[in-house]
Amino acid sequence: MPGEPLIYARGLTKTFGSLRAVDAVDFSVTRGEAFGFLGPNGAGKSSTMRMIAAVSPRSGGDLRVLGLDPDRDGPTIRGRLGVVPQEDNLDLELTVRENLYVYGRYFDIPRRELRARIERLLDFAQLSERADERVEPLSGGMKRRLTIARSLVNEPDLLLLDEPTTGLDPQARHALWDRLYRLKAEGVTLVLTTHYMDEAEQLCDRLVVMEGGRIAAEGSPRALIGRYCTREVVELRFGPGESERMAAKLTGLGGAGVSERIEVLPDRLLVYTDEGDAAVAAVEALRLEPVSVLVRRGTLEDVFLRLTGRHLVD
Amino acid sequence: MATPPMLRAVGYFAHAYRRTWRASIMTTFVNPVLYLAAMGVGLGSFINKGGHTAALGHLSYLQFVAPALAATTAAMTAASESMFPVMGAIKWTRTYFGMLATPLRVGDVLAGHLLWIATRVATAVSAYLIVMAAFGTTPSIETLAVLPAGVLVGMAFAAPLAAFAASQDNEQAFPVVFRLGVIPLFLFSGVFFPVSQLPLALRVIAYATPLWHGVDLCRELTLGRLTAAGAAVHVSYLLVLAALGLFLAKRTFQARLRT
Repeated sequence: MPGEPLIYARGLTKTFGSLRAVDAVDFSVTRGEAFGFLGPNGAGKSSTMRMIAAVSPRSGGDLRVLGLDPDRDGPTIRGRLGVVPQEDNLDLELTVRENLYVYGRYFDIPRRELRARIERLLDFAQLSERADERVEPLSGGMKRRLTIARSLVNEPDLLLLDEPTTGLDPQARHALWDRLYRLKAEGVTLVLTTHYMDEAEQLCDRLVVMEGGRIAAEGSPRALIGRYCTREVVELRFGPGESERMAAKLTGLGGAGVSERIEVLPDRLLVYTDEGDAAVAAVEALRLEPVSVLVRRGTLEDVFLRLTGRHLVD
Repeated sequence: MATPPMLRAVGYFAHAYRRTWRASIMTTFVNPVLYLAAMGVGLGSFINKGGHTAALGHLSYLQFVAPALAATTAAMTAASESMFPVMGAIKWTRTYFGMLATPLRVGDVLAGHLLWIATRVATAVSAYLIVMAAFGTTPSIETLAVLPAGVLVGMAFAAPLAAFAASQDNEQAFPVVFRLGVIPLFLFSGVFFPVSQLPLALRVIAYATPLWHGVDLCRELTLGRLTAAGAAVHVSYLLVLAALGLFLAKRTFQARLRT
């Protein structure tokens, strides 16, 4: 039915024993959208993805995927999904082409049709030249592209990517993003998890930030920056141990309407402001003479750290 | 027409087997040649000359040992195909997780893997039957029935061991299962000497083990001596064990794969 969301979750919950990995989250994803789950490790992103992928039964709440119930219609839903898991599960002993072939057969794609699709997918993943080589010696980026190609073998309505570029070098990440843009342009709905903020900003139309199994914020990257951060951030470095003392001297900036908020880090001060140059001018007027001054845009990373804290999550 | 999901899973194992089939087929044929030469012919000539064949029912030792070795190879093949490969598909290659991201269900994945193991068992037992004929054991129509009997023996081992393998966190227990389970069965299930030669206490234990039922079933089949009652007991025992294993494997696979 047109207009119905591809994914609809209300109060979606996943528990493992006493741990509430996903704690009553609400979200929906519409057709053609690129939707992201952001969050630190253990925030519940992968558990949510596995429930959407109809491989992990939910513990509570409502979930509809492609208008169907994953508990009841798992095989039908999975037949229309493409899944790029966090850990590759390619068969390293088989060739690139064979990996695509055996996977396509799980969907019962007729052999002749499958062979034609494999040629297109090899081309899409820039793996045509390596098609008949074993997978094991291929680079991490190639394996990831192969996993993405494999996830497209059934021409899915919805593509789920769990940390698609973790562990890849910058070239490989950009090559992968390029493939994902193309899919998006073709109208494929993408749902991805990531803890790379640049990835989320590049790829996602809309995203949720997860923390401790709950959704901490939701919106487009721009909207989230507007709501939880400022247009610009001035990073000031002073000598060792001077941050606290300097911060006290800067409190006047807020009153002057130059800065919304100042954050004190061990090595630098962050001045959140909508006018970076004005803030720098104000700092100079106070004759504080920082070691270095950097004016930059407010980013999703600032939003993320504000919402999920700067403590380490292990 | 749609391919049944379990056969799609079998397709993967068959495809992966292409990579190693040459070496594997070699072993499948070389093993029976070695065993039948050493045991049937070598040890056999010694036993036959000594006139100790009364306890064997006046058979040549080759005739006595060959069908039992076929049953044993079914059990051994099943055991080795259902522990490490199951653990591997869960932990190392994560093949099962790839399958489960598609329309296949846990039951399809399990059934597909067991069906593949059954295929491997059938190949190994067939190789035995061919080599047995080459060694001159009298071929009979009944001998062909060793093939399905061997597959049944294989399933009676594979299903419970697959259930066990999926319940384990790592592979440490598998060599122990071989050393303390499969090998003693191989030695004391009436393969090399009649169980009736054992002291009563051991005899009772032997009669309770799956391999003895498999050995006796295959041996009596090839000799044309199998009674209806004997067949019923052996087949029921092995079927119950296979069914129980399947039931347990469904549970351990579910617990491991659908978290």
